[in-house]
Amino acid sequence: MTIRVRYFASLRERVGCAEAQFNTGTVTTVATVWHALNPDLALPGNTLAAINHEYATLDAVVHDGDELAFFPPVTGG
Amino acid sequence: MLIEIRETPFDPLAELSRYQAKPDLHGKAGALASFIGLMRDHNEGDQVSAMCLEHYPGMTEREIARIIDEAQVRWPLLDALVLHRVGEMLPADPIVLVAVWSSHRAAAFESCRYIMEALKSRAPFWKHETLTDRGRWVDRNTDGY
Repeated sequence: MTIRVRYFASLRERVGCAEAQFNTGTVTTVATVWHALNPDLALPGNTLAAINHEYATLDAVVHDGDELAFFPPVTGG
Repeated sequence: MLIEIRETPFDPLAELSRYQAKPDLHGKAGALASFIGLMRDHNEGDQVSAMCLEHYPGMTEREIARIIDEAQVRWPLLDALVLHRVGEMLPADPIVLVAVWSSHRAAAFESCRYIMEALKSRAPFWKHETLTDRGRWVDRNTDGY
């Protein structure tokens, strides 16, 4: 299965790219995707994640075709 | 209900007047409460000369819609309007407009505050400030309550 991964704001700068693709044949969680794609970068403790535009916990399971986003605390308004 | 992300400057008072002219609000609403957020030229002791606001197209609009839905469950609202700037902006520029219409003032006051505070903590926007000698990301929003 294929997951589209997106990074925003300061987290995009730390990772070094805005978008990545993740392919796997096994059941995968949000945290697993991060560690597989960023083996040298610990997931910052305040990171937020969203699956298909809805907030998700780090142990949420991702599915084929999902869009998974990682971003820092929001600062709008 | 209207939610818009704007890439160009907007006039909040003109937007309010235009939206309030809708036939389904005319004569029905007894209360309008609104909040306008403006860009400051200083933050955490530093001068800020410009700011760039980034968002997550698609999720940002959906999260604001979810927040308004929550408010409509808690209070009897007639309508709601949320406009938010993204992109490059300058001090004094309006950043956000939240407006709600209801029959009576309590629902208008309380739901406007609720929507604004929830937007600050949940809607995916990120501010990047330009200081005199460098740029920096704003790392968190202050607690509004």
